[in-house]
Amino acid sequence: MLSVIVFLPLVAAAALVALPRLGDRLARWAWVAVAAVDLALIVILWARYDTPPAGGLAFAQQVDWIPGVNSSYHIGVDGLSLPLVAMTAVIFLACAVYALRERHRPRGHAALFLFLQTVSLGLFVAADLILFFVFFDLSIVGMYFVIAGWGHGNRAHSALKFFLYTFLGSLALLVGFIGLYVAAEPHTFDMPTLAAATPLAARPLAGGLVLAAILLGLAVKTPTVPFHTWLPPAHTDAPAVGSAVLAGVLLKMGTYGFVRIAMPMLPQAWRAWAWVIIAVGVVSVIYGALVALAQTNLKRMVAYTSVNHMGYIVLAVGVAGLVAGDTMQARTVAVTGAVTQMVSHGLITAALFLLAGVLRERAGTDDMHDYGGLAAPAPVFATLFAVGAFAALGLPAFSGFIAEFQIFTGSIAAAPATAVAVLGILITAALFLRALQRVFTGETRGKSIGFTDLRAGERWSIGALLLLSLVIGVLPRPLLQVIEPAARTVVGLLGR
Amino acid sequence: MTTLGQAALWSLVAVPAVAGALLALGRRAERAAAPASLAVAAASVVLSLVVAVTQPAVSVPFLAGARFELTVDGLGAVVLPMLTVVTLLVLLAAAGEIHRSKARFHGLMLLFAASAALTVTAGTLPTLLFAWEIMGAASYALIGFWWRDADRVSAGLTAFVTTRAADVGLYLAAGAALAGGAGLALADLPASSPGWRHLAAAGILAAALGKAAQLPVSFWLSRAMAGPSPVSALLHSAAMVAMGGYLLLRVQPLLAATGWAAPTTMWVGAATALLLGAVAVAQRDLKQLLAASTAAQLGFVVLAAGAGAVAGGAAHMVAHAATKALLFLAAGAWLSALGTKQLAGLRAVVARWRLVGWSATVGALALAGIPPLSLWATKDVILARALDQSPWLYAVGLAASALSAAYAGKMLVIIWRRVPADEQADVDAHQHGEQKGSGRISGLEQAPLVVLAVGAAYSGLLALPPLGATVSAAVGRPGEFRLSLIELAVSGAIALAIVLAVARRPVPEPRWALRWLGMETAAQVLVVRPTLRCAEALARFDDRVLDRAVTGLAGAVLKLSRQAGPFDDRVLDRGVELASTGVVHVAQRAARVDDRWLDGAVEALAAGMRRLGQLARRPQSGQLYQYYQQAVVVLVVAVVVLVVLG
Repeated sequence: MLSVIVFLPLVAAAALVALPRLGDRLARWAWVAVAAVDLALIVILWARYDTPPAGGLAFAQQVDWIPGVNSSYHIGVDGLSLPLVAMTAVIFLACAVYALRERHRPRGHAALFLFLQTVSLGLFVAADLILFFVFFDLSIVGMYFVIAGWGHGNRAHSALKFFLYTFLGSLALLVGFIGLYVAAEPHTFDMPTLAAATPLAARPLAGGLVLAAILLGLAVKTPTVPFHTWLPPAHTDAPAVGSAVLAGVLLKMGTYGFVRIAMPMLPQAWRAWAWVIIAVGVVSVIYGALVALAQTNLKRMVAYTSVNHMGYIVLAVGVAGLVAGDTMQARTVAVTGAVTQMVSHGLITAALFLLAGVLRERAGTDDMHDYGGLAAPAPVFATLFAVGAFAALGLPAFSGFIAEFQIFTGSIAAAPATAVAVLGILITAALFLRALQRVFTGETRGKSIGFTDLRAGERWSIGALLLLSLVIGVLPRPLLQVIEPAARTVVGLLGR
Repeated sequence: MTTLGQAALWSLVAVPAVAGALLALGRRAERAAAPASLAVAAASVVLSLVVAVTQPAVSVPFLAGARFELTVDGLGAVVLPMLTVVTLLVLLAAAGEIHRSKARFHGLMLLFAASAALTVTAGTLPTLLFAWEIMGAASYALIGFWWRDADRVSAGLTAFVTTRAADVGLYLAAGAALAGGAGLALADLPASSPGWRHLAAAGILAAALGKAAQLPVSFWLSRAMAGPSPVSALLHSAAMVAMGGYLLLRVQPLLAATGWAAPTTMWVGAATALLLGAVAVAQRDLKQLLAASTAAQLGFVVLAAGAGAVAGGAAHMVAHAATKALLFLAAGAWLSALGTKQLAGLRAVVARWRLVGWSATVGALALAGIPPLSLWATKDVILARALDQSPWLYAVGLAASALSAAYAGKMLVIIWRRVPADEQADVDAHQHGEQKGSGRISGLEQAPLVVLAVGAAYSGLLALPPLGATVSAAVGRPGEFRLSLIELAVSGAIALAIVLAVARRPVPEPRWALRWLGMETAAQVLVVRPTLRCAEALARFDDRVLDRAVTGLAGAVLKLSRQAGPFDDRVLDRGVELASTGVVHVAQRAARVDDRWLDGAVEALAAGMRRLGQLARRPQSGQLYQYYQQAVVVLVVAVVVLVVLG
């Protein structure tokens, strides 16, 4: 069933490409239909999900693939991946609905995004390093074509920068994977086996180097300061749905790598490097927020807040490495918060980028100074943006609060010095409210005049993402029940 | 009974929350908005009375290690009905005052009411923070309610960001509680481990002082006056700001357990009561005067929390809520009718609208601390406790109550004293200065004032015998109210004397007090501007250094490859060419060598061979005996060789 979920979009993409006489309209709706079916299958999967035993995977499937290097097609889900799988399907469905008005080569557009959906889902369910790496690189290729093909502005340059930067990062990742493979006895790329064996436990130097390579690869993708400079141009020049997928789904591949690969497979090295990781997280939080505060371009601003939000995750997973007897509960809370943040940031930032896309689509500019008083001609747009802004600044009753509250309490309880990161929520509050004020309030002027309010597809796609964030924020238990056992497992593995 | 109470408690939060969200986001219910919100508010009053009697507790699992818990204790039972009644009355007045975007207004007010009810009943830190920040967001949205005025939205931003800066304390407190081992329940905090207990107390103290607009962040409350008057009446006096004081009353055991937090709280409260009292005296705008007075009056509540006068603090809070909601609604009614809230434009306004004027007069007299009205008694209960702590504290408190008499007296003089005919033109000039006045005050706006005036007059009974004993027992502090008649008489006499003095000669209005002690300027200079500068500098760094470094690195690689081109042309290619030329040279040389030497050698060899051949031909003479001779010689030689070697 899991394989069907992963490859259904790819099959649909192939069909779209193979049937050139399919009308544009049909292609758009086919995308929506396939994304909806995929999401429905995931809902069924979630309903049938039982937390697997520690270290195990639910709905696991393993088929020989490259037996020569002990790499297999091994997939499965647990509390770390299932929420991300569901979030991915939600974001792609929202993008499909949003893109119902796409006029530029809609068939290829739909096919490319369906391909990206398979790649993203495949990455989150992969239980084999080679499989993970293949999906990791294919996501880069797919997003390159999205930006280069459907972007605007200096899109060729931005796409190339994105591609080269993240691709080089992925090479570092591959080096790390090979290091793990070589160190394991017998050699294997199988993730559960590697996590159980911790191949470099006895060799701190080699373990540190392999971790450094993996961290470098993941840090570029996440991205953390100072490897984030590909993100703002990529977002600025990507189409709205591309930005939503890039920020909502692709960035999570980096943070997911921390909890899925680096922490369980290299616990000793992770513990040794914990303070470095924490420092990178805290710097990303503060630096990302401050730089976002100074932006005048809405998309760039949201892009930098992603650096800030990803920083919270890096902080929490770093804190998890500060193993001490009496902080087990606190560190579990932090890791739970980190995984919640991945889901929450996906939903909220995807919504914000779709909203920003409306600005660009209607008036051709993302510069906030070109607008003012937009709430008068576009009240629905203003309301949804306000809701999105408050959700993004971590207001309670939205998912961001559930995530950030756990990250902060867990981190502060385990390492009081990390309290400085709380300033991040203060700066994000200021910057989102400034943006809200700048664009939507005051006298209607500039490009706001004659602005058309949100259309049905835009309303439903963005509204659904924010509604889901609200549901998680008010009723977090169903999500946390899935995440908590997995977070406990990861923290337990780190203690070895 | 418990099930009824529990259902009522859930409904008290859920019903206004859902109704508020639907109204605020729906936008289709302009006509139904006011009736719907009044119905919900009325139901909330009933629900709050039910939970005040049954005092239930409910909880569901929420986050790891913390439940979403609502609980009503004695303190909550006193405060909740006050909250719901004031909400209902304010919404009633707003129904007469707010004519545009009614759905949005009432929706946001109901959302606020839900979060305030949740704040009062929150049993754990996550629950508290949940409600606490939604109150802040509702405050933002309501201050900036008239969003076409950029200034009002900016005031909302100032209020939200300032209070959120203080809210950071609650996150710290939650972390400390998690580490402290006693759990995240508010009631368990005093039992957490000593080190963490300090951090928890500090965090909660910061958050509460920020929300209660105490020093040094009172300035946000001044900006918050940009919101509609019903908002000021509910959020910025009776409910949200008061929640800061309420939280400190609730965690009083924690403050007392740390040793330093209780005295700090006490003195911050006293200082705010004194200094913001002075600020209020100097104001020329009625809403600004009332705002400063709110911070000052909450200073007494904060002082009470620090001094351990929990019941007194609660009584003062309730009495102040009625009084201040009344005064803000009166100010709002005058503002919408006359178009001004400047004191200079409100002279002798009592004569125009008698009911409003008399109600406001009752409120102002209560605020002044004139016996036997409410704040006179509740304030003295607190001051009696302060005297136990330190005579200096008592003196500061007494001076602060004298100031409240001064600013209330200033207001009374303005609204009552007849305007001489030659000054009437000045008064008229101020009218319609801030907005276009409607010239009338509707019945809906007047009715709540009367109810609140009754509250302002009589809620002091909460602190007086015989009701006082019941209240203090309910709050869990039996016998807290020990009133000395002398103190009551002294403070009453002082209040009366000050009001009379103010009537005789005008009060001073020093610049420092008029400008709210320069707090906002200080915050701008010390925090906001440096942060923005830093943000801009970092953004430049990001673009010019970090990004350029990456681009530079990529450029360097590109340059290297470009240089590889010439290298390819000049070095490698030439190398190849040189090499090939060299090979050709060598080949030519070799050819010459070949011609001269090799060929010669070959020919010489051939010639040698020829000669050898000629030589070899010589033995072949054809004569048989010569062959035999040769054979014998060969054989002999062979035998000799064999013998010698063998």
